[in-house]
Amino acid sequence: MRFRRIDPAPSLAHQIHFEGTPIPFAEGDTVAGALLAAGIGTFRTTPVTGAPRAPYCLMGSCFDCLMRIDGAENRRACMTPASNGMRVERARGPRPAGEERMP
Amino acid sequence: MTLPATAQWDAIVVGTGPAGIGGATALAEAGLRVLAVDEAPSPGGQIWRGIETAPPSRAALLGPEYQAGHDPVARLRASPATLSFATALWRAEPDGTVWLRGAQGISRHQGRHLLLATGAMERPAPCPGWDHPGVTTAGGLQILLKREGLLPEGPLVLAGTGPLLYLYAAQCVAAGKHDVTLLDSCAPSAALSALAHLPRALTGHGPRYLAKGLGLLLALRRKGISHHLGVRGLRILSGTETALTVHCRIGGRDRHFPAAHVGLHEGVIPETHLSRALACAHVWSPRAQAFLPQRDPGLRSSLARVFVAGDAGGIGGAQSALFEGQLAACAILHSDGRIPDAEARRRMQALRREIAKHAAPRPFLDRWYRPRAEVLRPPDETLVCRCEEVSAGAIREALRSGAAGPNQIKAFLRSGMGPCQGRTCGPVLHALSAELLGRGPGETPVLTCRDPLRPVSVGEFAALDS
Repeated sequence: MRFRRIDPAPSLAHQIHFEGTPIPFAEGDTVAGALLAAGIGTFRTTPVTGAPRAPYCLMGSCFDCLMRIDGAENRRACMTPASNGMRVERARGPRPAGEERMP
Repeated sequence: MTLPATAQWDAIVVGTGPAGIGGATALAEAGLRVLAVDEAPSPGGQIWRGIETAPPSRAALLGPEYQAGHDPVARLRASPATLSFATALWRAEPDGTVWLRGAQGISRHQGRHLLLATGAMERPAPCPGWDHPGVTTAGGLQILLKREGLLPEGPLVLAGTGPLLYLYAAQCVAAGKHDVTLLDSCAPSAALSALAHLPRALTGHGPRYLAKGLGLLLALRRKGISHHLGVRGLRILSGTETALTVHCRIGGRDRHFPAAHVGLHEGVIPETHLSRALACAHVWSPRAQAFLPQRDPGLRSSLARVFVAGDAGGIGGAQSALFEGQLAACAILHSDGRIPDAEARRRMQALRREIAKHAAPRPFLDRWYRPRAEVLRPPDETLVCRCEEVSAGAIREALRSGAAGPNQIKAFLRSGMGPCQGRTCGPVLHALSAELLGRGPGETPVLTCRDPLRPVSVGEFAALDS
């Protein structure tokens, strides 16, 4: 699952950090867009069976792109604008109790 | 902008797609204190997603109907309406109170009028394997093209039916992507039944829509895009996360197509989560195969303070939605005594005439692209609830064991209890319930929608007290 950017000269000066790897993003990118453009194919594993998932609706409706963003659990990658230095991690299985926080 | 923790408004508009833009602009220009909120970071809705940041080359590729968003968005920006983006509405009350969550946390606002312009969502199109990474909605792929300028690489299979499928395929072709396969589930019998609606579709703006559709199909044919009709029994198998195979039956033969990406689409339905949470009255529309909020000729819902405009009230498309926003605004201004009776009547009649012109082709299109029974009621092996991983077979079993409908299925199986709150599985739970309970869809209950309609943390709830 790979994507390419169609704009003639996207400015990719800024980066998010995906599990330690710097990922460039363009103006207007969501976290989901930046990760898909970088070839990331699994955004989370499910709490019930551990199956891999990636964005499905890309408009905030299906909640299948939930990730840990800047320490906050259960954020929709498709609705979160990418910002410089943002830390993004996959959500793996059921989220641990007692560590939940939203900024 | 920074919203105060609490404030009073003449009108609060929810959503800034075409209907919200039409409504908020008209109300604010007429002198009302208007707050318009959108969960997205910028206006335009899904139809004009990214309109303010897309470079001209991307906008040109997306076509004139996308570029048509520039002016309405600029006019909204120039209007005196207070605009708050990246702001989610998570609770609304019939008296016009809304609870928001934005960058500054939670705020509570009261509008003398609420205008719901929450738009549409793609009809959930479950089939075995639709949960694999690499499978998205076709609309989701189009959002990535509009918002981020991203085009899928490698073989793309677009499966299902509906105008958006062809539009997105044509946009891919325009962007230089030719490894696209269209698996069209449209049944020949649906096309025949649609012909009865053709005369009406040739009135108003109907010919314009039909010509556009024909143009898309011809463009795809000219470029040699492979297009299969009467596709059934769709199944998606995943080898690794980058290799999918789409299996189906075409004309009685088993076929399979390798794909890097699969885009599913079965038309769009109104996003009624908010109007249902408010307990507005809804009626089943056989034509739309969906529940629609009940509205009077001024687009007022069954609740006196709540209006519904655009696709949220019934699918009419972007241009119709812009007029519906203006129509609801007119009704609000009239009820406030800001427009005299005769003037309101004249304006509302003119707007209704415009809306009717755009509505002319809808019965034809809705019948032609009506989803097949296997889409609404998928085979047992299909995951229906993506959040809690509940299959169609388990749901049918619960119904056979006495579950009274979607809400009891939810209690038995957790289907609809996950993070998406039943947005994705809800229509399928409803259709399966109707099937097994032997009732008409209009007499079958739907999942109850409750706030918080968007995630709010316990800490934020607790902070409300102080």
